[in-house]
This record gives sequence, structure tokens and C-alpha cells, in this order.
Amino acid sequence: MSADESQPSPHRLPPRGEARGRLASSLRGAVSALLPLARRLATMVVALFGASVLVFVVLNVLPGSPAQVILGTQATPAAVRQLTAQLGLNKPLVSQYFDWMGGLVHGNFGISYISHQSIGGQIGQALTVTGPLVLFALLIGLIIGLPLGLAGALRNGRVSGSFIGAMSQLGMAVPSVVAGLLLIVVLTVKLHVFPTSGFPGWSDPWQALRALVLPSFSLGMVEGAIMSRYVRASILEQLRSDYLRTARSKGLRVGQALRRHGFRNAAIPLVTVVGLELASLVVGAIVVENVFSLPGLGLLLLDSVNNRDLITVQDIAMLVATTVLVLNLLVDLSYRLLDPRLKGTA
Amino acid sequence: MSSAVLPNAPAAREVPADEAFADLERRGRWLRNPSVVIGGGIVALVVLSAIVSIFWTPYDPLAVNPAHALAAPSWAHWLGTDEYGRDEFSRLMASSQIALFVGALSVLIATAIGIPAGLLAAAREGAISQVVLRVTDILYGFPALLAAVVLAAAFGASKMTVVLAIGIAYIPVFIRVTRSNALVVLNSEYVLAARAYGRRTFSILRRHVVPNIATTIIAQMSLLFSLAILAEAALDFLGLGTVAPTASWGTMLASSQDYLGSDALLTLWPSLAIVACVLGFSLLGDGISELREARRRS
Repeated sequence: MSADESQPSPHRLPPRGEARGRLASSLRGAVSALLPLARRLATMVVALFGASVLVFVVLNVLPGSPAQVILGTQATPAAVRQLTAQLGLNKPLVSQYFDWMGGLVHGNFGISYISHQSIGGQIGQALTVTGPLVLFALLIGLIIGLPLGLAGALRNGRVSGSFIGAMSQLGMAVPSVVAGLLLIVVLTVKLHVFPTSGFPGWSDPWQALRALVLPSFSLGMVEGAIMSRYVRASILEQLRSDYLRTARSKGLRVGQALRRHGFRNAAIPLVTVVGLELASLVVGAIVVENVFSLPGLGLLLLDSVNNRDLITVQDIAMLVATTVLVLNLLVDLSYRLLDPRLKGTA
Repeated sequence: MSSAVLPNAPAAREVPADEAFADLERRGRWLRNPSVVIGGGIVALVVLSAIVSIFWTPYDPLAVNPAHALAAPSWAHWLGTDEYGRDEFSRLMASSQIALFVGALSVLIATAIGIPAGLLAAAREGAISQVVLRVTDILYGFPALLAAVVLAAAFGASKMTVVLAIGIAYIPVFIRVTRSNALVVLNSEYVLAARAYGRRTFSILRRHVVPNIATTIIAQMSLLFSLAILAEAALDFLGLGTVAPTASWGTMLASSQDYLGSDALLTLWPSLAIVACVLGFSLLGDGISELREARRRS
């Protein structure tokens, strides 16, 4: 993903158009294309393993006993011992880790000590809120960021361009908490346009969408500001490139040259940004859900922290970390897929 | 360098005229860059308010005064008072201490580990570099917010879990930036020349790599400082950091939530403080990188 790992190297392109050994060369091509993929996947598995060990160790290293937490301070030592055995907490940590991991791999998130409900079910329920929230926010971010960035690039060096740059700089400095609270003050308290907080459930899709509007905007506006800066930089780079100058000297206007040649090239770094923004939106949703009391993954996570429901925290933390890492991987792979110059580079 | 090599070298204090002009020109460029001037100005203001608040605030930021609860801005209370009658302006000032403390310490943790690790990964290809990069991969899975939630769940929320979480989350950023910038320098011809001259790797890192990447790193530090302040505000808002009654911009936002309908100013003041502070540090970082780019191009 970093610049130094993705230098295009024209020397390593597989030889083309040779009648002799074409099969062998295409086989070689396939291997050289798949080998980096396999390597990247392997490092991903290692990273996931490392992340799970990290989460498990941090959350289990403390001497406190979950059984004591569940039963309260008045519990007899015998009762605590019995519950500890029942929960499998008297086993060595290593086997507890593998119990947990084995469950996760099979999609079994376990049962919460506190609510006695299936954690997988709770997470699934929460995702019906967090999923749409993140997607709407991404959409809003793109709708704001793409035109703003394009305008910023085309107006570069003029007053209007500097103004756009200043606006996006300002937008990046606004935390989603602040954006959310200010939206509530203006649109809910003063104008009564949207519900303040809470979520009515998807049984009434219209009301559900209404409840998601403000949270999506608080997340999406900030991401739009960040996105516009990347879009601007990416298009500016194309505008300054030699091939675009050639296209313009052929008689194409700026817009035509960009449409025919520039956008395709400008899109490659933007795919990266969209992927990374998606990851930061998943994390940002944790905050925004708490501003608007939306029963999503973030609210579940915070409630679990406050109730000391450590196994739920452990599950959700692992889920979010996995999402972030998988998005990183997808960004990396799509980069190779979109840019043929990188084929076969490690 | 020594007079033995260059017997006719001029005395050290005599600076040629054009060089002196170049120096002035360089200083002028700093002061003419609006990002540096505005960003630096805001940062200076925040730092000043934090320092002053250690010795003096208009009121004790923790002093409760029910008779003056939710007062509007006035000469006595410039920005009004909160639901306990505590002076908003004093609380904003005291909060800047926490923001700067968390920002500085977390960036310090991230750089103290990230920069040496990045240099090591750049200088030693092979096993060591692989280990550093794999650890980077793992840490990328834990953005500041997630790391803070996990640490708060394990150790209880406090200012220090926030510092630790933000610091850890930014380690991989510094590793990446340091490594990729250091690799560019290490692959340059003058480093090859220095190697041919017999310089050891450590000495090359110290004499060539570090001075060359310093500006980039400083710009990155300023940007991450702004992100750290954003993260700190969000975490305090969630109740995962500084705990009430201590004043911080995030806790002020959290407690203002109950008065959105009646007293929106309580939300506005900490919001403005956060936005201004974050803007200051990110502008400063941007300005430093702009100047670096400009110098590289010229």
C-alpha cells in the first residue's frame, strides 16, 4: 500500500506476443500474478491472528474474575467458583483463547455473561443499523467530496479554489460529535425536521430512514471534506501530467481531456481513499451512534464496556479490527487490479 | 572542512552576501505562508491559554455556584455558566491543558517507537524489516477509538488509557512514513558515496537520513497532533477518557447534551474550541509540508 512497495517496474512485465512458449509464458504470468496475492493473503492471516491475541490478552490479563462481577460482591466464594467452572474460566488461558477463536471462526460469538443473550444475535441486530449508517455516510461523503475536489482542482490558483480549499480544511477539523450536536440544535430543536435520537426499527422503513438522516450527515460531511482534498490532489496531479498536456495540444478542452484520459488515472488513488474512509467510517459510527442513541454496533460496544461485559467487547473489537484489516487488504488488491502497471510486483 | 584541507577558506563568520539573502528569503517564505501563520497563531494561542490556566483562570473551573446556573454571557461570566454555575470560559481554558497534554504525550509515544522502528526497517532489509512490517499490519487494525475502547474495558477509563490508545494507534503511521522516506534517502547516490567512503549504517542514518526526513516527520507530527485532539474529544465525550468533574472539551460537550434545547451555547463553546485547535495544528502541519515541497521543487 505504501509508495515504496508499489513502484511500477516495466522490466518485470511478462513478455508478450512470442509464438514460442506462449503457454509457458502465460503460466509464468499467472504464477507471478498469483504469488504476491498469496503472500498478501498470508500476511493478512498473520495480522488477524496477532490482532486476536492482542485483544484477548489485553482483556484477560486483569486479575478480576468475571464470575465475581456477574454475581456481585455478596456472592459466596463457592458460588463464584462454581460459575467460574461453568463458564470455562478455570481452564488455562491458552485453551480459553482457542475456545473463543474456534467459536469465532465458526460464526459462534458466544453468550454474554451479563445479558445471557447470544452475542452473535445482538451483533446481527446492531449491524442492521450500523451497516446502512456507514453506507449512507459514504454516499454523502462521495456526493460532497467528488464535485468539491474537482472544482478545487480546476479552480486551483484562483480565489474560488482557495475558498474551496479553506472550506474543506475547516470541515476536516470538525469532529463528527460536534457536527451531530450542531445538526440536532439547528434541524431538530429549532426546526423540528428530524427526530432527535433513537431508532424505530426497520418495520417502518420511512421513519427508520428519517432517523438515519442526521447521523449519516454528521459522519458523511466530515468524510466529504477529507475526500475532497484527495480528489483535488489526485486530479491536480493528472492535470500537470505530460499525457494530459499532449491531449490538450491535440485540441481537447480541459474537460474533454479529463473525461477521456484524466479520470481513469485519477480514480486509482481514490479507490484507496474510499476503502480507507470506509474503515474510518466504521469506527466513526461508534461515536455518532452514541450521539444519536442509535442501537448499532457502537452503542452495543459502549454499553458492554460500561457493564463490564468483556466477552462482548472482545467479540466486537475483533469484528471491527477484522473489518479494518480486510478493507486494507481489498484496497491493496484493487490497486493492483486497477493499475495494470503494477501486475506482478510484490 | 578543516583549514588543513582548505587553506584559503574564509573565516567562519563571514557569510557571502547572496547566502545571507537566501537566508532572509527562507525566513520570508515561512512568514508569507498563510497556513503556517494562521496555524502557528492558533497553536500559540492554545499553548498560551493552557500555560496561563495553570496559574490563573477567571474562576475556579470546578467551583459550583447553583445561584448562577445556566447564566447567559455577561461581564461577570464572559461565556456564561454551565448547569452547575461553573464558569464556561475558565473551563475552556483549563480544558486546553488536557488537550495539549494528551496530544503531546500520545504523539511522543508514537514517535518514540515509530521513528526508530521505521529507520530500523529501512536500514535492515530482511527478517527485521519483515517483523516490523507485520507488527505494523496488526496495529493498523486498531484505530485510536477502538484501541481506547479495549483499553478502557480492561483497565477502566482514564486520561492515560486515552494517551496510550492514541499513541499506539499512530505508531504504524510513523513507521510507514519514516521507512518510506528513509528508503528514498538510503537509495540515493550520495548515500552510496558515503558507504563507499566507509561510513557505517548508523552514522549514515544520523548524518544523512534523519536530517533529510526531519521536516516531513515534523509536518506529520503536527497533523497527528490535530487528529489526537479530535480523538481525545470524541473519547471524553463517550466517557472513555477524562472523567467528570474535570473539565475537558469532550466532557463539556457530553454534559451539554441535556441542554441542547434550552442553552445551545453550552454546546457551541467547546465545539469552537475543538475546531479551532484542530484547525491550528493541521494548518501548521500542512504549511510545513507545503514549504518542504516548495523547497524541493526549487
